[in-house]
Amino acid sequence: MNLLENIRIALRALAANKLRSGLTMLGIIIGVAAVVALMAVGAGATSGITSSIEGLGTNMITVTSGRAFSFSGMGGRTSDSQQLDPLYYADYQAIVSDVGAAAEVTPYFQDAGNVISGGLTSSFSVTGVTSNFAQVRSFDIAQGRFITDNDNASEARVAVLGYQTAIDLFSGLNPIGRQIQINGITFKVVGVLASKGSSGFFSEDDLLLIPLQTGYSRLFSGRAISDGKRTLSGLALSAQDPEQIDAVISQVEYTLRRQHQLTLNDELGFNVSSQSQMLSALSGVTGTLTAMLGAIAAISLLVGGIGIMNITLVSVRERTREIGLRKAVGARRNVILVQFLVETLTLSIFGGLFGILLGWAIAALVSASGVITAVLTPNNVLLAFGSAALVGLFFGIYPAYQAAGLRPIEALRYE
Amino acid sequence: MIEVEHVFKVYRMGATKVRALDDVSLTIRDGEMTAIVGPSGSGKSTLMAILGCLDVPTKGIYRMDGESIEGLNDNQLAHIRSRKIGFVFQQFNLLPRTTALENVLLPLLYDGVKGKARKERAVAALETVGLGDRITHKPNQLSGGEQQRVAIARALVNNPSLLLADEPTGNLDSHTGGEIVGLFQRLNREQGLTILYVTHDPFIARHTNRVIQLEDGKIVADVQIKEPLEAGTPRPDDILEYMTHSTELEGEK
Repeated sequence: MNLLENIRIALRALAANKLRSGLTMLGIIIGVAAVVALMAVGAGATSGITSSIEGLGTNMITVTSGRAFSFSGMGGRTSDSQQLDPLYYADYQAIVSDVGAAAEVTPYFQDAGNVISGGLTSSFSVTGVTSNFAQVRSFDIAQGRFITDNDNASEARVAVLGYQTAIDLFSGLNPIGRQIQINGITFKVVGVLASKGSSGFFSEDDLLLIPLQTGYSRLFSGRAISDGKRTLSGLALSAQDPEQIDAVISQVEYTLRRQHQLTLNDELGFNVSSQSQMLSALSGVTGTLTAMLGAIAAISLLVGGIGIMNITLVSVRERTREIGLRKAVGARRNVILVQFLVETLTLSIFGGLFGILLGWAIAALVSASGVITAVLTPNNVLLAFGSAALVGLFFGIYPAYQAAGLRPIEALRYE
Repeated sequence: MIEVEHVFKVYRMGATKVRALDDVSLTIRDGEMTAIVGPSGSGKSTLMAILGCLDVPTKGIYRMDGESIEGLNDNQLAHIRSRKIGFVFQQFNLLPRTTALENVLLPLLYDGVKGKARKERAVAALETVGLGDRITHKPNQLSGGEQQRVAIARALVNNPSLLLADEPTGNLDSHTGGEIVGLFQRLNREQGLTILYVTHDPFIARHTNRVIQLEDGKIVADVQIKEPLEAGTPRPDDILEYMTHSTELEGEK
């Protein structure tokens, strides 16, 4: 009695009950597909976020108000900074004078705005910036020009659009020289940024930039004022030399403490982080996210496994006489054990294979929808397949033991 | 040669103990053809199970070809079943959706017989029972008598020293039942196969050389039949008269 013959017996038993085998397998198929697809989405989101951060610019350091790491420096909405230490425009000036030689510093203030273009109103995040914003954040100009120091000095009502923003507002028309209204104030479009490519959660192409000073005087009003002083959403710094990043961070932190009269024992109410720190913080977050998605999917795999056990127990009960007969004609305990284990393993392995295909199809569909580029890694596929096989083995053991342990004389009498 | 000495089999049914076999002793020589008769619950099937190594006695000695089965584990019992015993059941117990050939192959599979030899032996066994032209038929394509013959071929394929049949004609009409008994007689006479079957039909029992009657787990009669009925003998019309006749036979002990 070799394994191959045992597999043949198992396959025949499964083929004899195609519908039941198929439905049982479906539990595993769905479980494995869920694991594969969700892990792929998780991995895709991780690599998307990573490349977004890497695309922010080289030797990037961000300064934002807030104790914990926040996403607000990267195209999101301004965070609720009421309870936090506000970052003042004066802080920016102090930082420029302290670290200006080692790094290029650019301030920005971000606010929500209603934008009217061609009669249509839409909501955008409006960012007030200075002339070196494009350089620090590594944006190229696709059309027209960027905001200049002169625009800021004269509080000019000019706007530079992100790549996607230009498409959204002007649907393919050349936006240069056209006018838009932001919260009722007319701005002239002077430039369009080149695309950085969409990468999942954050797109850097949906910016709408205006001169910071114009924003202060005409748009942001009280939202940019705290204690009678102008505030900023954040700063972006680009160190001249990668070796100097840590020194720049220390200096910025020192300057901020001095500006806000904080001692070294006080908690600094600002987040000063380098690109690599952000990457590691984010990869921790996305790693947890991926693991959680995988765990949720694993639950469905578990349910599938219980389905296998359930059906196999029924099958053992139904085939009691067959088992009795096999034992009567000389089948040993282990042979029966292996026969039923092979059955559950076959269900779970084939279920695993189909599940991988289905999961791959779902991942491809998600990628095609353009929300997230799902990444199928061999490790995740192997993990899903391995756990399916393990589930089959684990949930097959109990029914197989029941079958193997049947006393032949009682099994043969079973009605 | 089968030797049973003072064998007891006690089942526990809840609080009460049931003596399915109560001090049974008997010897069956090689080449004997024996019927075990008795009412339901008399212990016939229990005795068959013990003789077939499907079960072990609570007490007493069972020797097969001089070897005691006492203390053997499940796998060793399975090995004895595989090598020395062929079973035939009332319900045939063929695997459904499986050809006659593969049903007959089954014992060889578990005995580790390989490839060509395996198939040849299975075909030979099917030819012996007259089903050489039915080897690819599945049970649902065969008549009851044919199914039972497949089961007999399965019992023969390992060249057992003992063929045990539990009510082999119980699910067959009397004509087909007679054919099966005829097949047993032929196997017994031509191949010297030791055959032992359980039946509650005195007419079927009468076709053997020896009838053992059980009641309440005890042997109450053990009769040699001088002139066994030949297969094909018409069943007597008056079964009551026949039963009286068979009681007289037991008196010859």
